[in-house]
Order: sequence, then C-alpha cells, then structure tokens
Amino acid sequence: MRKLITVVVLIWLYGACKFNGDKKVLPIYGNRQPVTKTVNGQIVTDTVYQTIPAFKFINQYGDSISNKSLDGKIYVADFFFTTCPSICPIMHRNMLDVYNTFKNTPDFKIISHTIDPKHDSVPVLKQYADKLGVTGNTWWFLQGKKDDTYKLSESYLVRKPQEDAKQVFIHDGSFLLIDKQKRVRGAYDGTDPKQVSQLITDIKTLQAEPDEITVK
Amino acid sequence: MKLRIVISLLLSGLVLIISCQSEDDLEFTRYYSNGMVVYQSKCQNCHGAKGEGLQSLIPPLTDSVYLKTNKATLACGIKYGLKGKINIAQKLFEGQMPATDITAVEIAEVLTYVTNSFGNKMSVFTAQQVSNDLAKCK
Repeated sequence: MRKLITVVVLIWLYGACKFNGDKKVLPIYGNRQPVTKTVNGQIVTDTVYQTIPAFKFINQYGDSISNKSLDGKIYVADFFFTTCPSICPIMHRNMLDVYNTFKNTPDFKIISHTIDPKHDSVPVLKQYADKLGVTGNTWWFLQGKKDDTYKLSESYLVRKPQEDAKQVFIHDGSFLLIDKQKRVRGAYDGTDPKQVSQLITDIKTLQAEPDEITVK
Repeated sequence: MKLRIVISLLLSGLVLIISCQSEDDLEFTRYYSNGMVVYQSKCQNCHGAKGEGLQSLIPPLTDSVYLKTNKATLACGIKYGLKGKINIAQKLFEGQMPATDITAVEIAEVLTYVTNSFGNKMSVFTAQQVSNDLAKCK
C-alpha cells in the first residue's frame, strides 16, 4: 500500500512538473528588422516582424474578404482546389478536425485559397463547403485572381504553387497558423493527422497568449 | 509509415500462421495484402484509412449492399473512373472519381481488399474475373 502511494505521488509530481513546463511560446517565422525610434527622449530598439500583406478575395457566399476581415483574429490558411484528386481530400478531412474544435470560437477563422479560380467559382466553392458540412463564417473558401493568390502564397512561406507540363497543379499541403498580428506562427503538414493535432494544441497556446498592441 | 511496417509484419505473420491452410485461402491472403498496398497508394487519400469517405464529397466504401449488387462493374469504375450521381449508404453523391491506370491484377487485389475490409465480407476477386468484367465496360 505504501509503495502504491509512493508511485501515485511520483506520477503526480511528474505530472505537475510537466504542467509547469507546458508554458510554451510559439516561434515567430519570417524576416525581422530592428527598428530604432526615440520614445520619451530614450532610444528604443523594436523588432518588426514579417506579416501577411493586404489581400482581397471573395468567399463561398460571394462576400468580399480582405486582410481587414481577419484583423484581431487567429487563423489557419491553406491552398487547395476542389477537383484535386491527390492530397486535398486528406487535407480537408484533417482540417475538419480543426473546424469542429474551434467552430464556435469567436476570433478564429480558417481560410482556404483555391489555386484554380477558373473552375472554382463562388457557386462551386459554396457547393464544396456544403458537401463538406461547413456552415457559418468560421471557414471561408476564397477565390480571386490566380496571380494574387500565387503571390500571397509566397508571404505564407509556402512553396509557390506551380503548374507542371500536364497543367496539373502541384502544391504542398501546408496549414499555416497566423496570429492576431498577422505573423506566421506555425507550419504543419496538413496531410498528417499528428501534425494537425499539434496545430490544434498550438492554436490553444496562441489563444492563451496575452494580446500585444498591434503595430501598424 | 511505421504503421505500414507493423501491418506488413502482422500480415506476414498471418501468412505464416495460415500457411498450412488450403490453396484458396493462400490466394485470398496474397490478394488481400497486396490489395492493401494498392489501396494505400491509390485510394486512401480520398476514401480514408477506414473507407469512411469524406462527408458528402466522397462516398464511403462501407456499403456492402452496393458492393454486392454492383460486383461486376466495380472493376470498370476503378479503371475508367465514375461520373455523375451515385447512391451510396442511403446518401446521394455527385462528382467524379478519376480513372486509375492500374493492371487487372492490381484491380483484383484492391477489390479483394476493399470488399473484405471496413465491415464488408465478400469472396476473392481473381485477375481472370476482373479481366472478364473489364471487357464488358460500357
């Protein structure tokens, strides 16, 4: 009996230590620049991080969505197209887990950019969302000029989608985690369920992060 | 990847255990284990590791009645793809399954795997049978 108590206490202590060590801060990806300015007569050096630039697209409901629609929101972004036979179904099967975990959370969004806007019109995206069981305004499927989408993908540190000789799109299945200041805080393989559960954990970590003053 | 190795090991163990069984059982096991490899590389991304499909986008492979009723045309669907409306597990699906360029043997293997997994229980699909079915594709 005494042994049992010792074991229980040890496990409990281990758990406690582990809990304390859990206060993880997610890294900030991308370029950064030191900016020196004078505040109240004192020279202060600040770091300016790379952020997602301005964009404007249309979602599955036909509404205009811009970078402003995501102000003050934590969001996950990916690139896909509805007729993709290879990795998209598995990506969105995994993204559904993220959606179902956070669909009732305010200030959280998922945006999926189609890289085939010619086929993926607004009605096609709406039908896709319906069939996936996605309703409301948590998960947006965005459509716009192909060049704009491709250019934007570079700022997410994603390999630029390319068309090979067969005109078949190749893109990697990354899920990008963006914070309220529009900085990239994580990149995950959307085809790997393990990495996607890490993403869900990291979103919770990010939600617990104290709000910083947004630097314009 | 690790899972695949474990499964392969388990399957080869299974092969050893039942190696005293009849020729037919051996054939089934061979078709089934090869079929699993074909499934993982050609079908699983869309239809899922458990044949669960994806919501209303991609039909599941768990409808035993559909598989039994359409036994003779399953090979055609895999080889040449499927298009249009399809009623699976009391749900209407509309879309397109791309054609897959695989041999009659591989089709027989993957059909043996699918029709004996995910709660389905059918007999082995032989390469001969699949070739006959393919000759009748519309």
